[in-house]
Amino acid sequence: MLLLLLCISSVPVLTPSSAFAGDAVSQAGTGSAPAYMPAPRLKAEDYPKAGGVNPRLAVWFAAQMHLWFAAFVLAVPVFVLIIECVGVYTGDVRYDGLAYEFLRVSLTAYSITALTGAALLVSLVVFYPAVMSYLVSIFGSTMLLYALLFFVESGALYVYYYGWRAMTGPWKKAHVGVGLLLNAAGTSLMFIANAWVTFMMTPAGVDARGVFDGNVWHAVNNHLWNPMNLHRFIANVAYGGSIVGAYAAYMFLSSKTGEERGHYDWMGYTASIIAICGLLPLPFAGYWLTAEIYSYSQQMGINLMGGVLAWLFIIQAAVIGALFLAANYYLWCGMQRGAFAARYNGYIKYIAFVLAVSFMVWFTPHTPLLAPAEAAALGGQFHPWLAPLGLMPAKNTAVNVMIIFTFLSFLLYRRSNRAPAVKWADSGKAAQAAIFCAAIVNIVVAGVYYGYFTNTVYKVASSVIQVASTLFVIIACSVIERLIHRGAKEAGAYKWGAMPDGSQYALILIAVSFTWLMGLMGFVRSAIRQHWHVYSIMRDNSPDAFTPTVAYAARVVSIGTVVFLAIILFIFWLAQLGRRRDE
Amino acid sequence: MPRIVKFSLIIIAVYCLLKIPGVFFTRPIPASVLSVYLLFAVVATLLAMTATGEGATGFIEPIASLFADPSKRAARNIVLVIVPIAAAWIAYAALRPDDAPPPIVRSIHPAPPAAFTAYGRTIELASLTNPYRASEKENPSQFRAAVDEGAEIYFKNCFYCHGAKLDGAGHYARGLSPSPVPFRGTDTIAQLQESYVFWRVAKGGPGLPREGGPWLSAMPAWEDALTEDEAWKVVTFIYDYTGNRPRSWAK
Repeated sequence: MLLLLLCISSVPVLTPSSAFAGDAVSQAGTGSAPAYMPAPRLKAEDYPKAGGVNPRLAVWFAAQMHLWFAAFVLAVPVFVLIIECVGVYTGDVRYDGLAYEFLRVSLTAYSITALTGAALLVSLVVFYPAVMSYLVSIFGSTMLLYALLFFVESGALYVYYYGWRAMTGPWKKAHVGVGLLLNAAGTSLMFIANAWVTFMMTPAGVDARGVFDGNVWHAVNNHLWNPMNLHRFIANVAYGGSIVGAYAAYMFLSSKTGEERGHYDWMGYTASIIAICGLLPLPFAGYWLTAEIYSYSQQMGINLMGGVLAWLFIIQAAVIGALFLAANYYLWCGMQRGAFAARYNGYIKYIAFVLAVSFMVWFTPHTPLLAPAEAAALGGQFHPWLAPLGLMPAKNTAVNVMIIFTFLSFLLYRRSNRAPAVKWADSGKAAQAAIFCAAIVNIVVAGVYYGYFTNTVYKVASSVIQVASTLFVIIACSVIERLIHRGAKEAGAYKWGAMPDGSQYALILIAVSFTWLMGLMGFVRSAIRQHWHVYSIMRDNSPDAFTPTVAYAARVVSIGTVVFLAIILFIFWLAQLGRRRDE
Repeated sequence: MPRIVKFSLIIIAVYCLLKIPGVFFTRPIPASVLSVYLLFAVVATLLAMTATGEGATGFIEPIASLFADPSKRAARNIVLVIVPIAAAWIAYAALRPDDAPPPIVRSIHPAPPAAFTAYGRTIELASLTNPYRASEKENPSQFRAAVDEGAEIYFKNCFYCHGAKLDGAGHYARGLSPSPVPFRGTDTIAQLQESYVFWRVAKGGPGLPREGGPWLSAMPAWEDALTEDEAWKVVTFIYDYTGNRPRSWAK
């Protein structure tokens, strides 16, 4: 982070004398207030070249690697702290050990996060000094706060990790407090960086020429800041869970003893539940973010989901399909750990059917890729029956249904090893079934009626009904499930380790899918700015100011995914070494 | 029934189901979509059938025994001949030279600019509204008159491509690629604001943005042939005739 301070200090800050003499704008009514410059109009010579490196590619790659690692290392402490608290509350030392092992996996990644962050910063300063200069002139104070928080986070992390064994007994609460500080610092860091990124998409606190009004909060609290904060926070938790789940799978598959398999099976289960808990609300947060993009700029919104970038959403649909199928498969395999699994195995095929149909709807493009003969047969660009499935109401309906059915898989998993003890258990189950059915009917009717037979105001609003229905199912059925299993006796312990190897590959697939998905969607989010460094304020006049083809973008992200996963594998190997040393 | 046979039958049934629209209703599901549908069907079926240990064993065992069991030599040889031939045929069919041009990845919704120039002035899209929309409630007779005039303008200028039923099947439609947009249904103009539709009418194919091209649109820039008032009347007509409401923001 010293590097950050050095780089910030080395970036030429725009002042009247250095850049736009005679064009300085003083804040009205404050003669002594600092003057701020309009966003510079850049020329080709404002973009330095160095070592034959493609500037956009260098920044893209560095930013992507940094984001992947940062998402991982910010997420892990969140659920490590929760698991540690569960351990403190229940007195079960296994949770404490599990939390410690999770944290160890992320520790090496923390260093790499800092390295990739430095690489990103250097590449930005080297290749886009004028852009950085403008951003520093607005966000300089937040960048210093960022550096300070990084020191706090690093200190808290090292105390949290290395003090784990020492801070026990009366010190345990202090240790939890350090974990809290670590998370507060990490989350604040992300929020600050989000402000810079979202300002570039939906600038605020500046006028049409980019002249800053002097209030940093205005620039920070821009249109997309909060939707982005929420979306990234939830996505990070899901992503962190998936990476740790992949670690558990890696260790499970390389385990030599039944005891080891049991331990890593349990670890993988915990991690996957964290990932699934993050995955379920993620579409809602994504929908909010997208709706806010549309509300800020119809142009950006249409570019995002109706224009050429929409094809990446089709890929996204397929990858999310893989994610949900893998998560469900893991739960179905997990049911076999329990003694009562056979009672529920028959339901698997129906859940799989609903998921497959939902994914088909989720995937269907409004304007499919047509061979000329197909276009001639259809007489146009749209398939008369499938085109309506390409609209958001159909997608919203499909995603809500698949979330509900994924939750059903989870309920069945929970029941695979216990039988209800209360007398009204049958009534409770009937109530759950009624809630499921009513919610699905509500979701489908809201999607079809409001989505296709009313005007668009109701169409967008109907998504709220659908989300509310889904959340109601999850909350109400969880409460009923808890009540009907109060005092239930478990049919022996779960057979940890009794999982087919295929289930572990499902965990690895979840992590790979998440990584790829983040890369693709991250590109899309950034690409909708088009030829603007700061949307509608500061134009990108570099030779790279064009939207790359979908194929090129997919190749860059795919190569990045492979590199990232190779490094993650290396980290797993290091963590394995650390564990052996501990033993 | 062995699980692998059951699996094969399910996939064949799904494939036949997906071919029905094309075979019986001349509405083929495009190959690009059908292949992904099939992929989902294969994966979901495979996962559902192998989620239990018994299921996985039941699925894999016949395959393993086909290669390990000496008594199945004849069946093994048949499979080892048929599978490579099928793979070779699929590869050949995919790669053989064809006269048909390849499918083009198109984006259907061009991103509108923040502002555009037409009728001698710069028009901000965000603040652009249909001058006749308010009269729909306030002065219905004026609104009906605008719709009627819009209909006349439409049938003098637009219906040759967009069709008498506004279904995109006009006289010239078959000769155009991409085909003219249909206005019926809830998935085209119902999803768009009127300001967007006005921009498309005024600027046509020549006014499409650079990104997302090549658009290959034959739509003329109607600002050269219609007055601004006439363009709005046409927009009003196509919404009214198809029963669609323009996209709008919640108040």
